[in-house]
Amino acid sequence: MLYQFIVFFPLVGALIAGLLGRFMGKHGAEYLATFFLCVSAAFSLVAFYEVAQLHHATTVRLFSFLNSGDLQVDWALRIDTLTAVMLVVVTGVSALVHVYSIGYMEHDEHRPRFFSYLSLFTFAMLALVTSDNFVQMFFGWEGVGLASYLLIGFWYTRPSANAAAIKAFIVNRVGDFGFALGLIAIFFVFRSLDFTTVFGAAAGKAGQTFNFAGYQVDILTTICLLLFMGAMGKSAQFMLHTWLPDAMEGPTPVSALIHAATMVTAGVFLVCRCSPLFEQAPIALAFVTIIGATTAFFAATVGLFQNDIKRVIAYSTCSQLGYMFVAAGVSAYQAAMFHLFTHAFFKALLFLGAGSVIHALNDEQDMRKMGGTYKIIPWTYLLMVVGTFSLTGFPGFSGFWSKDAIIESAFAAHSGVATYGFVLLTLAAGMTSFYSWRLIFMTFHGRFRGDMHDLDHVHDAPQVMLVPLVILGIGAIVAGLFSVFGPLGDFIGEGQADFWHGAIAQLAGHNALEARELVPGWVRLAPTAMMLLGFLVAWYFYMERPELPAQLAARRGPLYLFLYNKWYFDELYDAIFVRPAKWIGRWLWKIGDGKIIDGFGPDGVAAGVLDWTRQIVRLQSGYVYHYAFAMLIGVVVFATYFVMAGGVGK
Amino acid sequence: MLAAIAFYVFSTVTVLSAVMVVSARNPVHSVLFLILTFFNSAALFVLLGAEFLAMVLVVVYVGAVAVLFLFVVMMLDIDFAKLRQGFLTYLPIGGAIGVVLFFELIFIASAWVIAPDAASHASNPTPAGVTNTEALGRILYTNYVHVFQMAGMILLVAMIGAIVLTLRQRVGVRRQSVSAQLARTPELGVELRKVQPGEGL
Amino acid sequence: MEIGLGHYLSVAAALFTIGIFGIFLNRKNVIIILMSIELMLLSVNINLVAFSSFLGDLTGQVFALVVLTVAAAEAAIGLAILVVYFRNRGSIAVEDLNIMKG
Repeated sequence: MLYQFIVFFPLVGALIAGLLGRFMGKHGAEYLATFFLCVSAAFSLVAFYEVAQLHHATTVRLFSFLNSGDLQVDWALRIDTLTAVMLVVVTGVSALVHVYSIGYMEHDEHRPRFFSYLSLFTFAMLALVTSDNFVQMFFGWEGVGLASYLLIGFWYTRPSANAAAIKAFIVNRVGDFGFALGLIAIFFVFRSLDFTTVFGAAAGKAGQTFNFAGYQVDILTTICLLLFMGAMGKSAQFMLHTWLPDAMEGPTPVSALIHAATMVTAGVFLVCRCSPLFEQAPIALAFVTIIGATTAFFAATVGLFQNDIKRVIAYSTCSQLGYMFVAAGVSAYQAAMFHLFTHAFFKALLFLGAGSVIHALNDEQDMRKMGGTYKIIPWTYLLMVVGTFSLTGFPGFSGFWSKDAIIESAFAAHSGVATYGFVLLTLAAGMTSFYSWRLIFMTFHGRFRGDMHDLDHVHDAPQVMLVPLVILGIGAIVAGLFSVFGPLGDFIGEGQADFWHGAIAQLAGHNALEARELVPGWVRLAPTAMMLLGFLVAWYFYMERPELPAQLAARRGPLYLFLYNKWYFDELYDAIFVRPAKWIGRWLWKIGDGKIIDGFGPDGVAAGVLDWTRQIVRLQSGYVYHYAFAMLIGVVVFATYFVMAGGVGK
Repeated sequence: MLAAIAFYVFSTVTVLSAVMVVSARNPVHSVLFLILTFFNSAALFVLLGAEFLAMVLVVVYVGAVAVLFLFVVMMLDIDFAKLRQGFLTYLPIGGAIGVVLFFELIFIASAWVIAPDAASHASNPTPAGVTNTEALGRILYTNYVHVFQMAGMILLVAMIGAIVLTLRQRVGVRRQSVSAQLARTPELGVELRKVQPGEGL
Repeated sequence: MEIGLGHYLSVAAALFTIGIFGIFLNRKNVIIILMSIELMLLSVNINLVAFSSFLGDLTGQVFALVVLTVAAAEAAIGLAILVVYFRNRGSIAVEDLNIMKG
């Protein structure tokens, strides 16, 4: 029963808050939803202990969902270590975000709807992580997409929010298309969509090919690439990333929950869950590594010059997700999951902290108008610094352990693709450090550059917002212990095989995770060195000579413009996809439908009928001799016909 | 020889007077030319040996139908027609149609071949030794009695129809309504008055 | 020369054609139409009698008799209609007969 409670309590909270929220007074809905989530989070901790420590992995079958010939799909909760880790992350961060939102959304009248959507999202995400088959995972997949759309466009009176919500949904859809094709391919090949069945049969299908357009294409590679396409969309990887920065139109708690800790990590979860499949498809793994490394590098470069505080953190998320995919690509799934785990804490901390800053400065989001606030909002400052230490990988903080593990694994994998990943990740580490410290310096140090009126009501966050921040801050520091401290649960250390207990598959030859112990010393020091370098550059530009950045920006050199405009991806996609689609739609509407179909159909026929009748009416002149004449002509025609064709002329 | 001359004379007059029927300006003249056409075709019938039909033509067509035409022409106040411009509009196509029809008829007529054994298939062969009238009478009231009766029906219906169409109720004319007379009751007809002796009514 | 069937049929054809011309080439009045119809019926009668004579079959003459009857009846009705029409409209000129214009 424990697991049913964990998964379905948020749904109950969502339904009650959504349908009955207005009858529950000013605060009834939010307290109720938060309460349900906190209970679910507490149960998740118990579940983590049960499954990860005591190794009581189970599958709880709930009911039969689809029953059609070969396709037998049940709704079942598969609880193994991978699931347990995700349960803790999802319910933990969600509960903290719920609590935080009580304070952040205090002045909003639509709180019941907000909390309902938050809980609905949590339910969909839990359905995704506890799924026992691909159909259930797809349900959760689509559910989180829907919740993301609803939450990004929460302030639906803003046209920019609506546009951003649609953009997110549509870009996700492109990825979901690949995911759906992958599902269909899996069913074709394995005749089942159940995880146990599919993963068990995966090794047997390695090397099988099918005929596509004359080429023999490997089946498992195709399946994995299609599934990864879904992951690219959901996790905002290179080429399907355009929706993530615009998703910052939603309220900050939404960004913290969905676009930092949970929904965007669904892609990583998918790859790790399907590790038995991916292990048999080395080409797909290489592709994953390439995409992940490129994303990490690309997002970091764009994040260097953004001015909106939330966008910087959004690009940072995009970049860190790239890290996780690189880890998965070199078969170090455990490191990817560990980084997911730590990243959830410090990224949510950074987002919620940014939310606190925005809240304090009267909804100001542009960093150029901030500065010198560390004395006014000290707690927020302190916790943001903790988060930044963790993100940049300062030794001792959680990010250090997970990030370095990934970089070392990338080096240890010893393949061309992995080395490409290693180089890009190291560079990205430096850039991460730079823009993170740039954020801190611009927001909290120096002179205040904004409108003085914004400071009228400045106050540090209320308790209800600070407590989650503190909890997340503690997590950001402590989560690293999960790698070195055996009894707590060993994600990537020596005891990792026992910890994961078969939830993650790993072929014998793909031992990058173990081999990372043997990398040379300079590899271990490289990320830390890059971090220090980034910190020093940021210090120089923003503390010593703060006027330099503005001068450089004003010169608008080509590199600056290229990076500031996000490598012109939005413009590229607009030209390639959006404009042609609109043009085709317009053409089909005006000409295809308007002229051709309407012209031949209703309008054409109507006008034609009028014209024709006008002609035919002239036959009815009313003159009898006209009618007689017509009859006569008919007679003559008949007679002529019979004379000619009747064979009279013998 | 004589028969040929008679035929040509009669047929020429027939055709010419037919042309005059349609092109005469005075409608009375048209009717008179129609009568002439009928007479001449009756003569043609005689040449063909159908003398009964020829007489019937004169009696019925000339005596009844043409007279009827004359009555109507006289009754309706018809002006002398002026030749209108529109005549020429239809001349080309009408003329073409007419000419086409005429030539078709000639074509068929000249190509007509009577089957050699047609004579044996005649249903009512012309009996020798009796007059045309008697021959007709022999078959009309026996083989074709139904047709005869139907013709009578047609004439009856035509007569009734003509009367119904042209009957006018004239207002103010006193008519006897027998049913009203018979339906009179004592209350309507008789009025009792008390009369004092010595006074009138 | 021998007068054959063809001669009589030609006469009938000519009468028929003249009747046809009379129907739609006349611009005067409706009586001409009725008279043209009589002409056409006469031509049919000539045809029937000619065949009857040359085929030695009396059926043609009986038929002609019936046609005659019908022609008379139809002339009577046609004239009655004409009279009524004239009473209502006051004119029987061909151009004025366009009540049925649709």
